[in-house]
Amino acid sequence: MNWLADVIGSSIGKKMLMALTGLGFCVFLFGHLAGNMTIYGGKDAFNSYAEHLHSLGPLLTVAEIGLLLFATVHVLSGTLLFLGNLKARPQRYAMKKSAGGRTVGSRTMPYTGFLVLLFVVFHLMNFHFVDKTNTTIFQIVNNAFSDPIYVGIYVAAMIMVGIHVSHGFWSAFQTLGANHPKYMPFIKGLSIGFSLIVGMGFGFLPIYFLFLS
Amino acid sequence: MTQQNSSKNINLTLKVWRQVGPNVKGRLETYQANHISTDMSFLEMLDVVNEELILNHRDPIAFDHDCREGICGMCGAMVNGRAHGPEKGTTLCQLHMRHFSDQDTVIIEPWRSRAFRIIKDLVVDRSAFDKIIQAGGYISVSAGGTPDANVIPVPQEAAEKAMDAAACIGCGACVASCPNASAMLFVGAKVSHLALLPQGIPEAAIRALAMVKKMDDCGFGNCTNETECEAECPKEISITNIARLNREYIKAGLL
Ligand code: SF4
Ligand code: FES
Repeated sequence: MNWLADVIGSSIGKKMLMALTGLGFCVFLFGHLAGNMTIYGGKDAFNSYAEHLHSLGPLLTVAEIGLLLFATVHVLSGTLLFLGNLKARPQRYAMKKSAGGRTVGSRTMPYTGFLVLLFVVFHLMNFHFVDKTNTTIFQIVNNAFSDPIYVGIYVAAMIMVGIHVSHGFWSAFQTLGANHPKYMPFIKGLSIGFSLIVGMGFGFLPIYFLFLS
Repeated sequence: MTQQNSSKNINLTLKVWRQVGPNVKGRLETYQANHISTDMSFLEMLDVVNEELILNHRDPIAFDHDCREGICGMCGAMVNGRAHGPEKGTTLCQLHMRHFSDQDTVIIEPWRSRAFRIIKDLVVDRSAFDKIIQAGGYISVSAGGTPDANVIPVPQEAAEKAMDAAACIGCGACVASCPNASAMLFVGAKVSHLALLPQGIPEAAIRALAMVKKMDDCGFGNCTNETECEAECPKEISITNIARLNREYIKAGLL
């Protein structure tokens, strides 16, 4: 198994882990967003979606453990890569300008990533690890988003996620070796499209609740 | 026939990184570069400044150079925060002073990376690149009689791509401009131009593994696909070569 540790421990190996787990999260985001759309169907539609999800029982637990594992790998390898990169240039430039390669997303990856991690903890405390007896998930969400501060935090976090994904999505394909002039423009377009869908799709929900209340 | 002559002279303020040796603290020092013809190259401008320094019994600015025609890869410095200066697809020796204006301030710094130690002023030690090449950037050929030309067919497209990758002159601008000081464009170019050709295929797997290992050991950073390297490379090497390196590495390491 030495060879596997060598490959995964290398710079490219760690990036492959980032890419695979990152793409996994993109799939998750898509599913999560699709589920959240039931909110527009009203209270009952959303509650029944949540019930259906929970009726999956052990499957749901497996998925949750999977997500936790993905998050651990993504955060750990990301941190290692970030620290390695700080070390790679001990003396900074007095003046450094971009030649036009970097984007808002690529520049801020470690920082948006860190903020999203904080947000995920906050989000789980709000809606996952709460007492759900004698109430419905719709009620919990509705209560949270009647507070403009919560709405503000959630909208800001979704902008962070959108920015993070705008670089992460196409970047994952490049890291996995899928870059060809034939289809890269399409993947880059998809990257922007997906980040807008995620940012706006999730970001509009708290605002919707605020108006509802 | 009259010939139009657009050349003129400009005066510049230079802030140049001066560092006596590898383990000594360096700093930016200010010099005046006066009466610089806009037809000069950037290195010729530095020559003029150095002549004046020598006349005044001061230590001239050390910088690397050789061919001065954009093919050897020896020259290079950060000019106002850009590797090889602000022009696209240009080495420092091919950067001309007509791209600067009178009274400009120009900040000149060496490539900065843990893997490139500063030897003096703007001269950095790029032997880390040589070590990466020694690790696998070659093909093994059995010596013998001269083989006939064109016995091994090479598809035109592969030849073109290999040639594009082989245009890398090993200048190090990719590392210098990369926010992470990563050498992936250089290694990607070197792995690609061999992996694309039939002669390079037998050793493709060990090459990819060995060169990446050496790259990591030398202390270069990790690529985060910022694509600054591609934008600054004087030979405009594409990051598709980095994707190919990633593919070669996955193939060699996991398959
Ligand atoms: S890839 Fe480009 S920037 Fe990097 S060493 Fe080669 S020629 Fe220089
Ligand atoms: S001196 Fe040879 S490339 Fe500039």
